Amino acid sequence: MKIMGTRNQTIPEGRIWRLDRQADANMCASTGNRAPIPPENLTLFLIPACLRRRIHRSGNTMHCRSFKLFLLPVLLGFPTFSLAQSAASAAASQAPATQAQVAALQQSVSDARMAGDNAWMLMSAALVLLMTGPGLALFYGGLVRRKNILGTMMQSFAMMGLVTILWAVVGYSLAFGHGNAFIGGFEHLFLRGVGLTPNTDYAATIPEQTYMVYQLMFAIITPALITGAFAERMKFSAMAVFLSLWSLLVYSPMAHMVWGVGGLLNASGGHIPSLDFAGGTVVHITSGVSALVTCIYLGKRVGYPHTNFPPHSMVLSFIGACLLWVGWFGFNAGSALGSGPLATSAFVNTHFAAAAAALGWTVAEWIHNGRPTALGAISGAVAGLVAITPASGFVQPFSALAIGLVAGAFCSFMVFEVKSRLGYDDSLDAFGVHGAGGTLGALLTGLFATSAINAAFGKDAHGNPVPTGAIDGHWGQLGSQAAGVGIAWSISIVGTLVLLFLVDKVIGLRVSPEEESAGLDLSQHGEEGYDFNS
Amino acid sequence: MVKIEAVLQPSKLDAVKDALLEAGIEGMTILEARGHGRQKGHTEFYRGREYTVDLLPKVKIELVVIDEMKDKAIDAIEGAARTGRIGDGKIFVSRVEEAIRIRNDERGETAL
Repeated sequence: MKIMGTRNQTIPEGRIWRLDRQADANMCASTGNRAPIPPENLTLFLIPACLRRRIHRSGNTMHCRSFKLFLLPVLLGFPTFSLAQSAASAAASQAPATQAQVAALQQSVSDARMAGDNAWMLMSAALVLLMTGPGLALFYGGLVRRKNILGTMMQSFAMMGLVTILWAVVGYSLAFGHGNAFIGGFEHLFLRGVGLTPNTDYAATIPEQTYMVYQLMFAIITPALITGAFAERMKFSAMAVFLSLWSLLVYSPMAHMVWGVGGLLNASGGHIPSLDFAGGTVVHITSGVSALVTCIYLGKRVGYPHTNFPPHSMVLSFIGACLLWVGWFGFNAGSALGSGPLATSAFVNTHFAAAAAALGWTVAEWIHNGRPTALGAISGAVAGLVAITPASGFVQPFSALAIGLVAGAFCSFMVFEVKSRLGYDDSLDAFGVHGAGGTLGALLTGLFATSAINAAFGKDAHGNPVPTGAIDGHWGQLGSQAAGVGIAWSISIVGTLVLLFLVDKVIGLRVSPEEESAGLDLSQHGEEGYDFNS
Repeated sequence: MVKIEAVLQPSKLDAVKDALLEAGIEGMTILEARGHGRQKGHTEFYRGREYTVDLLPKVKIELVVIDEMKDKAIDAIEGAARTGRIGDGKIFVSRVEEAIRIRNDERGETAL
């Protein structure tokens, strides 16, 4: 007897059932690091809750034959029972009516699934945008001198505008269209084909436009992060051109390699499967390393390092950092591409890592300087959030705590010791936090990833989840992670250098010393951030 | 007529103002200033590095009084502002050439 499931999959009776998430892995080619699509098993829906619990407790596989026999009558449930009945009955007109009911029921289940996932995904997209505006704008804005506040905020805001248009026109297509291992194609130029039905390559339960707009928010924040390195000394026009090109020529290819169909580093099917749940390599390593390259190319601010440039408003930075923390739930938990347990896992990990890292940096600073600072605490939290980004959907909560703790201490070391020793003017520590934190996080992901949380590499022939990270026994994953890190560093360094050179020759990157002294607000925008006399 | 300029700790402003009012001096100008004398600055931390901040917040009071009130004013200021520690501030006295009330063009000591 054939039992019809939702996607017309036949569920053979008498075989061991797999009722867990990876059952439909073959249905989604390149979800890779994202949530595997849960099977819409209609008969699961019909199983009474008490029996469902029994099934889950037995490790998602039903071994007990007697239990199967017991279950069989239940599973030969409504639709199938009705089918059997209608087949037996002489009235042939009953069969299509019931099949129509089944189809309607299937549609309802599908709609319900989409409703939950889409609601969370739209919320997540909004949260990630909040991270840029005003999260990052405030965080960076408070750290610069008063005369540069508007200029700094404008850099983030400009990304919100520019990258959106570029993404819609060609960015999304280059990142997520079909192409080769390194770059997508032009099939979605001007968002052609990107409608309100799901794209099963990426997320089968949300409209593709949701996916596109969610990814857009990532594309926005990544170049915005780089602005922290060249704060207070780059021309607005040059910044706009440089970061627009960077978004197309560095970000989109990197996103394609890690998340796109056929990408080199894609966890499912890529040549070098690398685990990056929410963008440790794609967002943080690329932006952080590009930041380092840019600040070295551009040179130090006038007066650095003998003159101290303290933040003009730690209050603004504090507010910005907290907005980043909250927004990051959309960044990481939203990368589950659904509202199920994996999103919960990522949410919890994100929060734990942020808290642990704030502590880590604070303790390190307390020992190093004798006093904990507010700037250290919020920087620590951001460092933890950066480090957990690639790991958020793959690790246990206490691994997340460990990752956060280590990231807080490590990034503080990068900022306190390495930056002052090497002397580069990474004004707002974009490299120290994002570049270094992202690199550390990507490597620790290889260490702590476990298939118990996310069977990202599918199942083997016996139905056991393939080990993902080192604690599962798969030490080779550290090598893949390192390869991904290496590729991200290389593409960032080369791409950024080329673009900087180009834009410098055509427009000129840096403001003049007089403009730098007057401040970006006045020189670039003819405005003042604060007017205390009015 | 003499002008008395007093550079003070900001925390002493209220006490000095009250003392001057009690002494019978009603007109004064108060400015926010920054500076230091022998008082060293304080240290702040930024990104793990220690910096000395030399320009400390101060308050400056300017009064113009008749010669007879000079000593009363100085006593009032000193009494209210003195703590005995470095950083208490300084008082400068200078001669004033003319004083004019804008409202009715009164001149001289009656304008004060």
